[in-house]
Amino acid sequence: MRVLLPSPLADYTAHRREVEANGATLDELFDDLDRRYPGLRFRVIDEQDAIRPHIKIFVNRVQAAGVERRLAPTDEVLVVAALSGG
Amino acid sequence: MTRHLVLVGTRKGLFILSADKARSRWAIAGPHFLGEAVHHAVLDPRDGRTLLAAVKTGHLGPTVFRSADAGKRWKEAARPPAFAKAPAGEGDSVDHVFWLTPGHVSERGRWYAGTSPQGLFASDDGGLTWSGVDGFNAHPDRRKWIGGLQDAPPGGGTLHSIHVDPFDPDHLYIGMSTGGVFESRDRGATWTPLNAGVAADFLPDPDGAYGHDPHCLRVHPRTRDVVYHQNHCGIYRLERAQDRWTRIGASMPREIGDIGFPLVLHPRDPKTLWVFPMDGRTVWPRVPVDGKPAVYATRDAGKSWRRLDNGLPGAQAWFTVKRQAMAADALDPVGLYFGTTNGEVWSSFDEGASWNCLCLHLPEIFSVETAASR
Repeated sequence: MRVLLPSPLADYTAHRREVEANGATLDELFDDLDRRYPGLRFRVIDEQDAIRPHIKIFVNRVQAAGVERRLAPTDEVLVVAALSGG
Repeated sequence: MTRHLVLVGTRKGLFILSADKARSRWAIAGPHFLGEAVHHAVLDPRDGRTLLAAVKTGHLGPTVFRSADAGKRWKEAARPPAFAKAPAGEGDSVDHVFWLTPGHVSERGRWYAGTSPQGLFASDDGGLTWSGVDGFNAHPDRRKWIGGLQDAPPGGGTLHSIHVDPFDPDHLYIGMSTGGVFESRDRGATWTPLNAGVAADFLPDPDGAYGHDPHCLRVHPRTRDVVYHQNHCGIYRLERAQDRWTRIGASMPREIGDIGFPLVLHPRDPKTLWVFPMDGRTVWPRVPVDGKPAVYATRDAGKSWRRLDNGLPGAQAWFTVKRQAMAADALDPVGLYFGTTNGEVWSSFDEGASWNCLCLHLPEIFSVETAASR
């Protein structure tokens, strides 16, 4: 499925902001992303499988509450990293 | 050719200052990891080339980067420090890696990392993969030792000041803010609080075994059982025979006090150390007392102290020097370096008698370490 990534993750994907990955849940999708782009998952999802603070994940433009969110092959996943800070 | 390095971790990246052995001409390289917080960067003294950096990018998760050529090229750890998966709501997550320590000289490839919240991790492959030290992270009393969110500093509780006894690779020391000083004699399998004699004015039981706030712990690299630390409540030397700390900061000038963050040992003389006092009065401004920065040195293990401020700003200087932002090199005379929260690196090549500003305008400085690259 189509996965859109924020600029802070660009180093993992050779600066591709739109990539393909597979999974029946967000958890599986990020496992697949980590296989393709090693290290990416831990920057977004912590060791307790929680989406990190200030990171939001949308499935078909609806925010997902957690990595257990189920996915269909035609879904579009958008990862947003907040720009707060200074 | 050996280069003398000063590794400066900042809120916005890593900078590497380098000089020849004379320390007369300096160059600055970087930033590495521009825009990313580098809490600590350490060159492995066992090979003079392996450089590890504790990095956190904005809101992304924490990681460790490794360079095999003293900072020319970097590779992210394949498995950064992370706590074990726990039942929902019970597990910790590493917010950032705060401290890095190479293992004993006899254990090439061994490293330790301390995190926020307080966790201890080890690597046996030079920092590529990390595992939790379960004797600490899974200890049934760990939660009691480190307290809750109300006990932690604003940036989160940290495990710092990891030291491997130079005479025994199984003997480890750690400091925790908060939690106190702890030691392990069995490579991290079991831990014992080591806080007797340390004041804890902020605790209901000032004589408790743990819950203290060591800011910076140092173990002498050449002399057995010489340990000092700068605490939230004073400067201390450990009397190993009694396993009890003595408050050597009591001999500091009363108007300066003995509150601060960093503490640096002379690499050869176990009775010489330097501290950078901070204003710990009333609301704890944590700036130089009266806006007049000064290093204080003792040459007699804390019986007496001498103010060293020649060359430092004489007034209206309000920066802070963080606990990991002051270091000594191993040359003779010893070079001293400290980095400030307003991005200045100050140096002394005469053991503190005079100070020079090495560079200005860096981001907020988190850490300063020295190294000799080969």
